Amino acid sequence: MRALPVGDGALLVELGSGAEAQALHAELLQRRAAGSLSVREIVPAARTVLLDGLDDPARLAAQLTAWDIPPLSARADEVIELPVRYDGPDLADVAALWGVEEQEVGRIHAAAEFRVAFCGFAPGFGYLTGLPERYDVPRRATPRTAVPAGAVALAGPYTGVYPRSSPGGWQLIGTTDAVLWDHARVPAALLAPGARVRFVPEGP
Amino acid sequence: MTDRAVAVVRAGVLTTVQDRGRHGHAHLGVPRSGALDLPAAALVNRLVGNPPDAAVLETTLNGCAIRPRCDVDVAVGGAPCPVTVDGRPVPWSAPVRVPAGAVLEVGAAVSGVRSYVAFAGGVAVEPVLGSRSTDLLSGLGPAPLTDGTVLPLGNATAARVRADVAPQPAPPRELVLQVTLGPRHDWFTDTALRTLTTRAYRVSSASNRIGLRTDGPPLERAVDGELPSEGMVLGAVQVPPDGRPVVFLADHPTTGGYPVIAVVREPDLAAAAQAAPGTPVRFVAVRRR
Repeated sequence: MRALPVGDGALLVELGSGAEAQALHAELLQRRAAGSLSVREIVPAARTVLLDGLDDPARLAAQLTAWDIPPLSARADEVIELPVRYDGPDLADVAALWGVEEQEVGRIHAAAEFRVAFCGFAPGFGYLTGLPERYDVPRRATPRTAVPAGAVALAGPYTGVYPRSSPGGWQLIGTTDAVLWDHARVPAALLAPGARVRFVPEGP
Repeated sequence: MTDRAVAVVRAGVLTTVQDRGRHGHAHLGVPRSGALDLPAAALVNRLVGNPPDAAVLETTLNGCAIRPRCDVDVAVGGAPCPVTVDGRPVPWSAPVRVPAGAVLEVGAAVSGVRSYVAFAGGVAVEPVLGSRSTDLLSGLGPAPLTDGTVLPLGNATAARVRADVAPQPAPPRELVLQVTLGPRHDWFTDTALRTLTTRAYRVSSASNRIGLRTDGPPLERAVDGELPSEGMVLGAVQVPPDGRPVVFLADHPTTGGYPVIAVVREPDLAAAAQAAPGTPVRFVAVRRR
């Protein structure tokens, strides 16, 4: 673990892996909820957690290394189930990349258990990890100018669901009717960092 | 013509509703947003008796024209500009009573970029996640104004401040940005670090509420490849592949994959918001507090 100072009031904590970053994020949320950590924003990402709005970043940086951080698997959180139809236009391409039949893609994807590693790109867009590494896929060579809301997509080690229609370069494998983002709802985001997620195939 | 609202007669190139922004949602991919020149927005609010977090209008370069539907105290500040009510000049950076039906014309900025218009009671559009700010990156908050837009006003809560005129800092002729190095300065060559803190840059015309882009000598990387996405702070100086530093402003993305060579001190960002394209920029390295 390495804590890099960012400006005068923030720390970027760099970890060895995405799983370690997710474990630190969970620990930080717990400490903040318990009142032992005062920070404005906790922003997890691929292998880092940013702590912004700290009174004394140097002191926290010194304390962090002594923390005992349990692995994520030790935390039992509720699982969010997302209904999905594996009907995406890139299903054939993904099947070819994985070396499986087209109808196998949904079966493999739905068998995995995911966690929201972090959000970014758009409000409520989660980067979900959980597929074994051999199923990593590249982004599409040419991004689409419009990906529909609810599209379930893959890029690199991540699965994402587009909260609203936007341009995008991920490989589209399916569709969900779940509302990922509604700023009139509390909470606005269906998927927040740390959430456990399963995709549940719909219909026959 | 007595409802508490204003109608937009001329929206200008880009006029948005702004308050102090949407805090605490960065982990969901929600930018902070909010007025780029926060001290200017706070001052015009004070002049009309508003709390500092009331929503104001933020114009861009060529002002706007507004017709209130009720008598209302107004103050215009930030980028200096001519201000008229039904064609008659009125003071800038001072409270002015605008009668119902009259046209408040906020002229083009004489210098600087963004003027702020406060109405007693504040602009009372529905808040989204606790803020009325327009976020141009993610589309949260009210859409930028268009001709004919009608905006509700809140009820005035306090008497306006007794001030003939309130002094405001002049927009910068040269933008001096104090920076602390890191977190990813080790992704750049020593020459690049020297270049950033000694050479002259200029504000690029591609700047917007997301970032102040610069033209100048490119910064050379010592480490190739892509940085996995990581959290970004306000004032981060991100260096995209073209090597020209971009200073992240209020609507910046919450995560990004280009290395951040340094971070601008927050108090210097108000001046960055008022630096017109072409303004010389100097990055000055300072020690972390």
